[in-house]
Order: sequence, then structure tokens, then C-alpha cells
Amino acid sequence: MHVRPSIATLAVIVMASVAWSCVAHAEARAGKRGDADAGARIFTQCKGCHEVGQGAQDRIGPHLNGIFGRKVAAHDGFWYSQSMTRAGHDGLIWTAKTLDAYVENPRALISKTRMSYGGMPNPQDRADLLAFLRMFSDDPANIPEAAPTVQGADHDISPDTRALVGDAELGEYLSSACVTCHQIDGSVQGVPSITRWPTEDFVVAMHAYKSGLRLHPVMQMMARRLSDEEIAGLAAYFKDLD
Amino acid sequence: MTLNRRLFLHTATAAALAAPAVLADGHGKPRVLVIGGGPGGATAARYIAKDSKGAVAVTLIEPSRTYFTCFFSNLYLGGFKKMDDLGHSYGTLAAKYGVNVVHDWAVGVDRDIKSVRLASGASLPYDKLILSPGIDFIEGAVEGWSLATQNAMPHAYKGGSQTELLKAQIAAIPEGGRFAMVAPPNPYRCPPGPYERISMVAHVLKATNPTAKIIVADPKSTFSKMGLFQEGWADSYPGMIDWIGQEFGGSNVSVDAEAMTITIDGEETKVDVCNVIPAMKAGHIAEMAGVTDGNWAPINPADMSSKADPDIYVLGDAANQGDMPKSGFAANSQAKVCANAVRGALTGSKVFPAKYTNTCWSLIDTDNGVKVGATYEATQVKIAKVDGFVSSTGESAELRKATYEESEGWYAGIVADTFG
Repeated sequence: MHVRPSIATLAVIVMASVAWSCVAHAEARAGKRGDADAGARIFTQCKGCHEVGQGAQDRIGPHLNGIFGRKVAAHDGFWYSQSMTRAGHDGLIWTAKTLDAYVENPRALISKTRMSYGGMPNPQDRADLLAFLRMFSDDPANIPEAAPTVQGADHDISPDTRALVGDAELGEYLSSACVTCHQIDGSVQGVPSITRWPTEDFVVAMHAYKSGLRLHPVMQMMARRLSDEEIAGLAAYFKDLD
Repeated sequence: MTLNRRLFLHTATAAALAAPAVLADGHGKPRVLVIGGGPGGATAARYIAKDSKGAVAVTLIEPSRTYFTCFFSNLYLGGFKKMDDLGHSYGTLAAKYGVNVVHDWAVGVDRDIKSVRLASGASLPYDKLILSPGIDFIEGAVEGWSLATQNAMPHAYKGGSQTELLKAQIAAIPEGGRFAMVAPPNPYRCPPGPYERISMVAHVLKATNPTAKIIVADPKSTFSKMGLFQEGWADSYPGMIDWIGQEFGGSNVSVDAEAMTITIDGEETKVDVCNVIPAMKAGHIAEMAGVTDGNWAPINPADMSSKADPDIYVLGDAANQGDMPKSGFAANSQAKVCANAVRGALTGSKVFPAKYTNTCWSLIDTDNGVKVGATYEATQVKIAKVDGFVSSTGESAELRKATYEESEGWYAGIVADTFG
């Protein structure tokens, strides 16, 4: 039997959750200091497909030696997905920031990656994992422990933004600018499909273009002029297309 | 008179919000007439018909049964596309969206009784008229050239038979012969178009006639994607292309279609092909409708309505709108803003603020694509650029290939968006 909370209690809960989300957001912005030992333990989740360290070989996924500072999909001899190759063409580089975004939600950064991993929501876990992986890259750039590269991923959208319910009518109007290139029936000819994506993936992807994390210049330009509500509207519209 | 018409419109719009049928003036569904079935007109017709779900009667007047896009026609010249790839019919607009497609020429607009006369003699009434007539050429813009000489010296700047003619002439250039182009002054349709064309002609000649030369007489001193094209020409076609800009006499040009000569700054040259792209103006029907001021038709940036008549809208190349280039992409983008506004005015549906976009891709050589793009908004005075990008010189071959593949995807997308 639930006890109905009074209005006053509700107000306190709401205020607390607002405060919590601010704190969480501020923490993400400040970044996390990674613990490489903890990261080594987390890496056991990845070992089924990836090797790292002396003698590491490509397996289901590419080996991860030297990944920091390397262009995406640039490791010779590994067969990457089209999406991954495309991101590499666009100039995406694996840095602490981009790896963090990828590990958090792989499909949000690389829409059709073949890496079948759902994502690591905990920022501390990701920081630890990246601190561990960082030991196997020689390039001194983007050392996860050194400011300012400890910054959390810019696409770490606030829970409020993620929770926005999109206006599909607004999305339908705005979608007319998308379908000049993206075919509405979802067919793919040089331009990826954006039809029937899960809402959250759509929102995260658009914010990643808006913040410049995803690199395609046309998409960055299109995303930069969209408000949070407009992105939510587009996500709502494209999700339910027949 | 103008005041009365405005007053009427305001009253009608207010009434339409409460009872949409009122604006139809007692004759059933509100009627939209669209003149010109290119990426502006066909898109506007499709969106109004599709989104109003039959509440608005949409008629599209277009003389051709098959529309050959001007965009990608350079790729046909370069051998990357077939003419059939560029042809699109209006069958889906009619069958799927219920657009009444009339293959005829519009020969007059009577704004007082809101009616359009057709070459067949019929008259069609409208509540809202959308003009998307593309471009016509200014007679006498290039000394020695007129529409009467367009077969000897093709413009090939409207898709279809002129493009086929130019391709045949390029194939017939004798070994070591000359191709000349007279480039147009600003503003004109497709700013990078002449230079993509030069690239495609060079691509063909390099393979079939490598000692042939290309001369370009240009009244401008700079052009769209200039650095990218010049880099590409130096890399792919060294020594083949001689671009003569305004400073070097490129604006002082005349041609002789009978002798097949071009005279640039007093120097006469015999050529085998002469592609004359004259200065342009809005398609003739815009002038006949009395909505032009000078060469182009001024519009209101918020909804593409004519500054001369609130019941007429002008889309694409024919419009004088501000910062957007004259391109198929831009016409398609403007059409969607216009369609939203027209449907709102006629049915009371929600009207959203204008957002305009353009991107132009150009092919320099096989798998060597570049692009330029921008977003735009409506201000009080014009459609103003907000944000933009352009490809960089020195990009990797991989990126250039991906850009070309993207342009093919865009073509498939915009054609589906325009013709259904």
C-alpha cells in the first residue's frame, strides 16, 4: 500500500532531484580521475573481443594498443563497419573524450558500429577503463589524468533534456530539412538512414553533432541551429514513421 | 485597390482560423496553383497536397512530361551519369498525392481576378499562386549570342536537350582542339556549376583528347569554391585549363556563332565548342505576373510571398531573397517553408518559423567531391546566412570519395523529396 505524499513532500522530492541532477552534471563536466587498476578489472568485460598489451592481436574487435590519438577506423588489417569507416573519413580521432562517449553509448557515436556492447553508463567506470587503456598508448596527448583532457564528454546531456517529450508535429515540419538528403523510407545511398531510430539514440547523436563531438560538417551545421525541444521533436517524429 | 486586397486577406485569414472553408470563397476547397515543376514547384505542390491531406486542391503547371534536373547534369557531361538518371516524371505526384498535373505553358497571370491563362486557352483560378519558373537568359548579355544561336553555342544551363547537345559537341572536338566557356556574372543559377562543368569537360578530354585546351572567359574575379577548383585543376588537369578572370579581360567578351570564334579583351580565338552561359533573370512568367523588380522577384523572407502581391509566392532561382544561392537545394528548402505558410493560410494549420538550408556538392575528378553549405533565417530585410562550412584544400582522397558518395545520396534524397 503506497502512502500518497503530501504536496509539500512532493516539492521537496522535486527540489532534491533538481539539485541532484545539477550536481551530477557538474561532476560530469569536471571529469573523473581514472584508476587504472580498477580499469584493468573492468576490462575483463571487453576481453571477449579485444586484446591489449604486449602481443595483442585483432580478434572479434581490433586490439587496442596505441588507440589514443589514432584516427577512427585507421588500424590496418581490421575490417571496420561502414559507419566506423565513415567516422574516420570525417576525421574523428580517438581521444579521452571521444572514447568516453563511445564507451558510454557506442551507437550514439557510431550509429551502426558492429561492436555489440550496450554501453557503460557509470562515468567513474569509464574513467577507470580509459586510464587502464591509456597505459597502452604512447602518444602523450590526451592523457586522461591531466587537465583539461579529463573533461567529461560534452554530449553528456542533462537528464532534463533527455526526458523532454518531443512534439512530433514540430518534428514533422523540421524533418523536411532532413529528408532533402536522408531518404524518408530509410533507404541508404551514400547518406545514412535516420528513420525509426530509438529516441534516445537520436537525441544523443544530434547533441553530439551540435557540440562538435561528432564531426560531419553538414550535420554539425544542421544540429547547431536546433534547440533541445526541436531535437526532441525530430526524434519523436522519425521514431514512429511507417 | 492594394489596401482593399490586404484588408480582405486579413479578414479572410482571421476567418479561416475559425472556419477554414470561408477563404475558399464559396467554391469548395481552397485552390493552390503552382507554375514550374522543378525542385521548387514540385516540392511545394507535393508538401501542400501531402500535408493538407486533400483539404487543398493543388494544380501543378509544367510543360515537360519528364523533368531533367540541371543539378548533376555536369556529371552527365563527365560520363558519371546517364541522361536517364536525371529524368523524373510527375506520375507519383498525381497518383500518390492527388496533385493535378497539367502539362501546358502558363502565358499570363491576371492578379485582379486571381487567374492564370494557359497556352491552350484555358484559365485556372487560384487562391494562392506559387511561381517557381527558374531562369531565363538576358538577351544581348553576351555580344554575338542570342537564343537563335543557342544550338551553335549551347548554354546547357537548363537540363535536357541543351545538355545532350553540349556533350555531343565535346565528343566531336578534334585532336588538340579548343573548348571555350563564357561564364555568367552574379547572381546566377548554381554558383559552382560552371566550374564543376569545366572540371567534367577536362575529365573527358584528359581521357579522350589530352592535348585539347579549355578557355574560360569570366566576368568575375572570384568564384564559388575557387581555391578547391584551382587546386583540383592543377592536380588533375595540369596545363589544360586557362581561366581568364575579370582583371585579365574576361568580362570584355564577344562571340561569333557562324565563324565559331570568341574574342576576349580584343584577342580572337577559333574554338571547336563555345558554351555561352549568359547573364540570367527570373523565368518569364514572373515578369508577366508583374512581381519582378529588375531581373528578379523580391520576396518576404518569412514565407517566400511576393513583395508585390500577398497571394503570390516566388521560389528558387527566380526570387530575390538575400543570401541563399540560386540552387535546386535552396529552391527545395524554400518550397517547404512556403508550403507550410500557404497551408496555414488556407486551412488554419500551425505555421512554424522559417528555417532554410543549402548545400552544394561539386565533382572535380573521379571520387574527388567537395561541398559548401549554409543555414539561413528570415530577418526583416532578407534571408540571412546563419552558419556555414566549405570543404578544405588538401583533404584526403578518402574524404573526397566519401563526399562524392554523399552527393549521390543527396541526389537520391532530394529527388524523392521533390517528386515523391
